[in-house]
Amino acid sequence: MSFQVEHEIHKRRFGRNVGVGLLLVVMVGIVFALTVVKVTRGDPMKGFDHVVEPELAPAGATE
Amino acid sequence: MSDISVQVQTGEAGFGDYVALLKPRVMSLVVFTAVVGLLVAPVSVHPVLGMIAILFIALGAGASGALNMWWDADIDAVMRRTQNRPVPAGKVQPGEALGLGLALSGIAVVMLWLAANAVAAGLLAFTIFFYAVVYSMWLKRATPQNIVIGGAAGAFPPMIGWAVATGGVSVESALMFALIFMWTPPHFWALALFMKEDYHTAGVPMLTVTHGRKSTRLHILVYTLLLAPVGIACALSGIGGPFTLAVAVVLNAWFVVGAWRIWQRDEVMAEADKYAVEKAVFRFSLSYLFLHFGAFLGEAALKSYGIGGW
Repeated sequence: MSFQVEHEIHKRRFGRNVGVGLLLVVMVGIVFALTVVKVTRGDPMKGFDHVVEPELAPAGATE
Repeated sequence: MSDISVQVQTGEAGFGDYVALLKPRVMSLVVFTAVVGLLVAPVSVHPVLGMIAILFIALGAGASGALNMWWDADIDAVMRRTQNRPVPAGKVQPGEALGLGLALSGIAVVMLWLAANAVAAGLLAFTIFFYAVVYSMWLKRATPQNIVIGGAAGAFPPMIGWAVATGGVSVESALMFALIFMWTPPHFWALALFMKEDYHTAGVPMLTVTHGRKSTRLHILVYTLLLAPVGIACALSGIGGPFTLAVAVVLNAWFVVGAWRIWQRDEVMAEADKYAVEKAVFRFSLSYLFLHFGAFLGEAALKSYGIGGW
């Protein structure tokens, strides 16, 4: 005995869910690809944190 | 369950209905012109970044399409050509179209910013605003010049593509903008001459309805005459060259001749051959834009072999 009769709506809803799922996967892929390209190109994305990093200090600054 | 009216009442849209909200056919023109704008720019773009940028320009254009369908659902329901759009057909709720449009606009602008730069993202945001608010909400129902000013929205993509590559705006990108901007009115008015849609019942002031068909024919001629110098100017600019100039001269001469023939005719002559000239000019106007931008692309390719450009 089946709990629910398979309805046309369920098919459509399933198609929609699959579509949204695929879009999310694509989105993850895009952000990943973007990250890989930006990082490997050496775009400046390093911020100052709590570690003293003399190489990031402006030239000529001495302590 | 094959009865379409039953499906409509369920209010359950399929995935394709949401895709239809994004006006995929308009998107294809956006993608093409944006790609050209990006590729003819003097700065090269990393291919992955370029593809991602184009994708989100297209998504932004789609988002503005969804916003337009949300706002114009009442008009679309009246006119035969647009009756089957998802919102008037009852497949997608108006609120869903609004939500989708707003969400995708935000995603597209932010992602374009991340993939390219703030100028490109800003131009995309302005384009969406222009199409959804300035054109759809303010102008479309208010003035027969709606198409003229609304054409600006369709003219931005090559400028955005250029901004993705260069991070700015220039004479060349402004000329590409001007080319589409000036091309849009004669293109749509040629369509309006033979489509004979019921714009009047829909309350959209089309030039054919407000000023008559004779005046529309004159408008087509005048705008085509104004378009030709823009096309030639593009060919003489940094993105042009001898090849582009040759193509531009032929295309613009052809378009002007077509517009002249439209102007020479009246409704009796047009009815007699079922708007053959108007239809031919409309079809040509599509090729005109495609070939013009194709020529820019060809010139850029020639340049890479050292034989194109001025």
